[in-house]
Amino acid sequence: MGRIHVRTRINGEATEFLCDPRQTLLDALRDELQLTGTKEGCTTGDCGACSVTLDGLLVCSCLVLAAETEGHDVGTIEGMAQGETLHPLQQKFLEHAALQCGVCTPGFLVAAKALLDREPDPSEKQVRYALAGNLCRCTGYDKIIRAVLDAAAELRGDTR
Amino acid sequence: MESMHYESPATVAEAVRLLSDAPPGSARVLAGGTDLLVQMRIGRIDPALIVDVKRIPETRGVAVRDGALVIGASLETMTLRRAPDLEKNFPGLAEAAALIGSDQIQGRASLGGNLCNASPAADTVPALIVLGAQAEIAGPEGTRRVPVAEFVTGPGSTVLGRGEFLVSLHVPLPAPRSADAYLRLIPRTEMDIAVVGSAVSVTLDAGGTCTAARVVLGAVAPTAIEVPEAAAALIGSTLDDAALGRAGQAATAACNPINDMRGTVEYRRKVAAVLTRRAAAKAAERAAGRN
Ligand SMILES: Cc1cc2nc3c(=O)[nH]c(=O)nc-3n(C[C@H](O)[C@H](O)[C@H](O)COP(=O)(O)OP(=O)(O)OC[C@H]3O[C@@H](n4cnc5c(N)ncnc54)[C@H](O)[C@@H]3O)c2cc1C
Ligand code: FES
Ligand code: FES
Repeated sequence: MGRIHVRTRINGEATEFLCDPRQTLLDALRDELQLTGTKEGCTTGDCGACSVTLDGLLVCSCLVLAAETEGHDVGTIEGMAQGETLHPLQQKFLEHAALQCGVCTPGFLVAAKALLDREPDPSEKQVRYALAGNLCRCTGYDKIIRAVLDAAAELRGDTR
Repeated sequence: MESMHYESPATVAEAVRLLSDAPPGSARVLAGGTDLLVQMRIGRIDPALIVDVKRIPETRGVAVRDGALVIGASLETMTLRRAPDLEKNFPGLAEAAALIGSDQIQGRASLGGNLCNASPAADTVPALIVLGAQAEIAGPEGTRRVPVAEFVTGPGSTVLGRGEFLVSLHVPLPAPRSADAYLRLIPRTEMDIAVVGSAVSVTLDAGGTCTAARVVLGAVAPTAIEVPEAAAALIGSTLDDAALGRAGQAATAACNPINDMRGTVEYRRKVAAVLTRRAAAKAAERAAGRN
């Protein structure tokens, strides 16, 4: 089966890789590019563990063919921290103990960042709806919601 | 597994050629993939050729043209919902589009895919039908227009012939004092499939009497169904409680639902009436606020 040569940008860096026509972006990230921060849960769009951005839009990488990313911009969890400095969302997830096993965490962080990029001051309800496509089997969600609201406040410069 | 080819043509003509040249039944059009890739993953389909239509400009835009909002078939709902002309003209279609899946799914899911997938529970299909939307289809013989109401012929089947694909949806701009609404019931608050969906559009005269209406139900029959008896109950009334009640009864009578884990036949019939009443009241309230 012919491999496809794909030229894309991942976290701002021009990247080329070879993939099978059936291979998903999730599998290409993990298996071809060794970017294993993006996790696999359901592979059917239900859990959000595989969340990435494609041209700035939040998507499930398990429901994107790797070949579709030719000429497009992909954003993954690996692009979130600046070197050793964690993004405020990452820092707040740690402070609020918003993770246990951690499998859902990259997906929640990518989805939460997509929300805060478009809505810097979301209500709790908005956060809950925006993260409805991310499942967590450990935390019970409350700590995640609080971490996101706290990170949003910090990013806005609020000192509540 | 057989080998699969992936193509992403940049023109309508090229897509038609690829689809026409493929052996019957071997090619699939790809828009957002939120149905297609799931069906491939669970082994329900195994296409030899995928034709990704997202590089074709005609399937991407959203703009008012010749008295209609023209929506590219492959445009993802997250982008569509940000179009200023959608919510303003068609609040019911906007609410149906906003209901599809999560934010992640919205980043990919298109109205074209929702329609062509031909699920009886597709949320935007009833909303498009009550607006009198037309589907623009490209194929080996050129382009043709089909009302969305006639597009789906059964679960998973459509009027699309060999070599054809959906290019865009044309939704006529609303007449004065007209509005639409869409409501659905699901067992959770997010991320589930409709037990019943009800779309209603109404037009009022200056005195508040309903002069035109359409009512379409989703998820209660093999395809979305139009309920002219429910519309007839609304037309000529001031959309008072009695008229809304009669429209609801007509909706219940028109249902031909299945029993499944999301709802029994009886429950679906009852919910169809409730949602139709509420959607009609909502559409009427919106229409009254528009002059
Ligand atoms: C987690 C999850 C939640 C969901 N929730 C909902 C929901 O709440 N409501 C709902 O209605 N749906 C829901 N869906 C289903 C799906 O997201 C929608 O039906 C969506 O609109 C499909 O659009 P798409 O662009 O992804 O289509 P695709 O998957 O790309 O295509 C769907 C089908 O249509 C065909 N097709 C697509 N575009 C064209 C075209 N232009 N011409 C001809 N054929 C074409 C494809 O070949 C395929 O058979 C959900 C799916 C998932 C995974
Ligand atoms: S792995 Fe993609 S949504 Fe679950
Ligand atoms: S921390 Fe384990 S699934 Fe969320």
